[in-house]
Amino acid sequence: MSPRVGVVLFPGSNCEQDVVEAIESLGGEAGVIWHGATELGDVDAIVLPGGFAYGDYLRPGAIARFSPVMGPVADFARAGGPVIGICNGFQVLTEAGLLPGALQKNAGLKFLCRSVTVRVESTRSALTNQAEVGQKLTIPINHFEGNYTCDERTIAELRDDDRILFTYVDNPNGSTSSIAGICNAARNVVGLMPHPERACHPLLGGTDGAIVLRSLLAAAGARSGI
Amino acid sequence: MTEPIHRALGLTDDEAVSIEAILDREPNHLELAMFAVMWSEHCSYKSSRLHLRRLPTEAPWVLVGPGENAGVVDVGDGIAAAIRIESHNHPSAIEPYQGAATGVGGILRDIFTMGARPIALMDPLRFGPLDDPRSRWIAEGVVSGISGYGNAVGVPTVGGEIVFDATYKGNPLVNVLCLGVLPTDRLVLGQASGVGNLAVLLGSSTGRDGIGGVSVLASAGFSDDESESAKRPSVQVGDPFEEKRLIEACLQLLDEHLVVGIQDLGGAGITCATSETASRGGVGMDVDVTAIPTREPGMEPFEIMTSESQERMLAIVEPVGLDRVLAICERWEVRASVIGVVTDGDRLRIRDGFEGEVLADVPASSLHDAAPLYDRPRQAPGPSSAPGPDSVAAPADAGADLVAMLTDTSWVSSQYDHQLFLNTVVGPGGDATVLRLKHPGTGHDTGRALAITVDGNHRWCAVDPRRGTALTVAESVLNLACVGARPLAVVNCLNFGNPENPEVMWQLSEAIDGMADACRAFGVPVIGGNVSLYNESAGVSIDPTPVVGLLGLVDDLTAVPPGARLTEGHRILLLGPDTSNLAGSRWAADRGARGGSLDPLGYEVHTAVADLTRALVIGGLASGVHDVSVGGLGVALAEMAVSSGVGFSVARIADHRALFAEGPSRVIVVVAPDMLATVVAMAEHASVAVTRLGLATGDRLVIKGLVDVGLADATTQWRDRLPLAFGSGSTH
Repeated sequence: MSPRVGVVLFPGSNCEQDVVEAIESLGGEAGVIWHGATELGDVDAIVLPGGFAYGDYLRPGAIARFSPVMGPVADFARAGGPVIGICNGFQVLTEAGLLPGALQKNAGLKFLCRSVTVRVESTRSALTNQAEVGQKLTIPINHFEGNYTCDERTIAELRDDDRILFTYVDNPNGSTSSIAGICNAARNVVGLMPHPERACHPLLGGTDGAIVLRSLLAAAGARSGI
Repeated sequence: MTEPIHRALGLTDDEAVSIEAILDREPNHLELAMFAVMWSEHCSYKSSRLHLRRLPTEAPWVLVGPGENAGVVDVGDGIAAAIRIESHNHPSAIEPYQGAATGVGGILRDIFTMGARPIALMDPLRFGPLDDPRSRWIAEGVVSGISGYGNAVGVPTVGGEIVFDATYKGNPLVNVLCLGVLPTDRLVLGQASGVGNLAVLLGSSTGRDGIGGVSVLASAGFSDDESESAKRPSVQVGDPFEEKRLIEACLQLLDEHLVVGIQDLGGAGITCATSETASRGGVGMDVDVTAIPTREPGMEPFEIMTSESQERMLAIVEPVGLDRVLAICERWEVRASVIGVVTDGDRLRIRDGFEGEVLADVPASSLHDAAPLYDRPRQAPGPSSAPGPDSVAAPADAGADLVAMLTDTSWVSSQYDHQLFLNTVVGPGGDATVLRLKHPGTGHDTGRALAITVDGNHRWCAVDPRRGTALTVAESVLNLACVGARPLAVVNCLNFGNPENPEVMWQLSEAIDGMADACRAFGVPVIGGNVSLYNESAGVSIDPTPVVGLLGLVDDLTAVPPGARLTEGHRILLLGPDTSNLAGSRWAADRGARGGSLDPLGYEVHTAVADLTRALVIGGLASGVHDVSVGGLGVALAEMAVSSGVGFSVARIADHRALFAEGPSRVIVVVAPDMLATVVAMAEHASVAVTRLGLATGDRLVIKGLVDVGLADATTQWRDRLPLAFGSGSTH
């Protein structure tokens, strides 16, 4: 049996099918969960995909955090289930308080869609357990609000607890400490701005994203005892 | 004395007489307003229809040709592709962000109206010169608008063009193309049928935005700044989140076979959608104007009927399916209101309440089928006084001239999501875009790919609109060949000046003939198009700018096409004929020489070059490939160098004419040394002229006797041109 990944669909999400396709291409099972759902069903991991949930009205993630599904997602996270936020999903996780900090507008005040190189800083997480520290991965970014920021105490905590998972080699958006991805204290909730699902096929410019999503499948499989 | 009301609405006196004849009485204000928008140039194509008939439109794979919301072709495996191109030139000139954004929204609706999921956008853009602050302001706003709307609505923008030239200083061109895919059996048309069926308005409420957009704004030129600001209220405002939900709701309605017909609301709003669906279905319709949700109280019926508020669709549904339709709309948080009913006969009646007073009563078909058809006077210009290219002295420094023409467009394309849906094999910046072809119902990867290119060249068309347009089609064919694709179908966006100027009408007619000739010669049908006239400012029309969108197929996608790449030590070949004719070239035009005579297009030669190029790409025999276009051989070689980080050393380019000439049917091919003999033999077998230009190597761009430039310097200028112009500083 393959690990089962639930991909949450908010109105305005747009990367949900891409994540499903990438997960399935790596041998996982994936299905879409409607944002109005009050239970997650039988899943081993949750992905909040990229897009513009609720049109990014007010702020990215500010309205999506109130969707009914976010209650069960928080419960699942508290119980140790892997919860991954990609791009807009990362923004939703910070708004929901499941990850610290916030994502503000890119320093260049322009939307950026291009490949970047990120360095793996820690392999102790639901999204990096199949990578190596210092490994450089080429994965596309696609965001206007990807400039990670937090207070000094939080950044110290993230550093001290080895919770910075990815940093940009050439910081494209002004993120504090070049942060591209972090995890929570329990290491099961992860947010990252790059889109690993966009780098899982040789015809689409590389397969480094598969290393990241295989880590998710491994974490999901470990949880379900596969 | 005040102006008669029909003139204020944009109708001529003759047109007002025709309307009275159709109705056999004097029209009331509401009826006049409805005729005014539907008979506008933008909606009725009254100046161009006569000429458009000369385009070839048929082929066995064409499922829907011109006249519907989008053209549709069968691309095999039970998949059809829907494609359309449109202009949003005038709104973008006035309100760049919203003009461009609502252009994107409008074309998306045209595509999902056909039952197709939109999978790609392309944006051919043309602005005034980069050193003109107002042109930069427009360009920046347009790019932001496309980015802001396209990214948020969740459809990738996978390519386009960006051109800066003085001809567009007062009137930019913002064209947008959309491609969608659908299971062939889901194809729906925008028509009403079944007396008693209901017309359901989906999406946004109706406001006072965009009233008269097609007549006041799109069908007249600009005179001065004052009148531009007066027209600002005619520009609509877009909401991509509303559109995203509308797309998902409509596609679900279509999946569940709940709609008989569906039509988007674009130019001319509810008037257009109700009259077109009724007229196409050969039925009538009663519309209750009070059932239409409005954004503000006190809107007059004529405002409601002609508003161009965005993000609205009209679905024709059977009464038995209404509850399910409403439930799906509620799930997607899309407003749905029954506003009309299909009736016997042919009348479109606007009523105050379903059984209430009849406010307007016109034959539905009269609004578009009976629209006037003009054979406007055409006049070829007199002998050209424009200086020919030989009037320009040879450059003091050909290398500097060459590098000045290099522009990296990633400042634009990096603002667009160009990867969503995991299809983009070749994205912006390639000769053509390549998208994996997956079945829209099952997700099954066919192993094949769609390829698209958009091309236009106003300099060629200013010299000779007929030949220039044919050359544009030819360039598109070659661009597809460079990614291994064969052409399937053309859509066109014909951007011209004021049709009441006989020379402009002559240009339009000539361009259509050039396009017809080329499309026939290449066996490619025209399946849709858009005509944008009155592109002028202060009485001066733009250079004729027909833009071609060409859709093609890669029959077996096994590798990423090589692209414009140089590889150290590989050999550089030129396929195709020699030319040193600078007429229509960017180099000559930038130096004021816009006259001369274009090289003719040899269809047999061109087809042989395209076929050979396609075979080399598909066969994996070329490590790099790039067509020769704007800027000629010099720019083509330099673009390959700066985008690969490898220099070159070439010879056999006689002089600056050969360096910058833009004659047709030429491709640069780069091959590994051990492939050279094979490729040369293939070229000879295909009777394609082949010139061994030289070697990809080192860190300089060297053309013997003409150019010697450092790669690093050329790369910096190429990369920084747009970021520096737009004040974003160097990207590195």
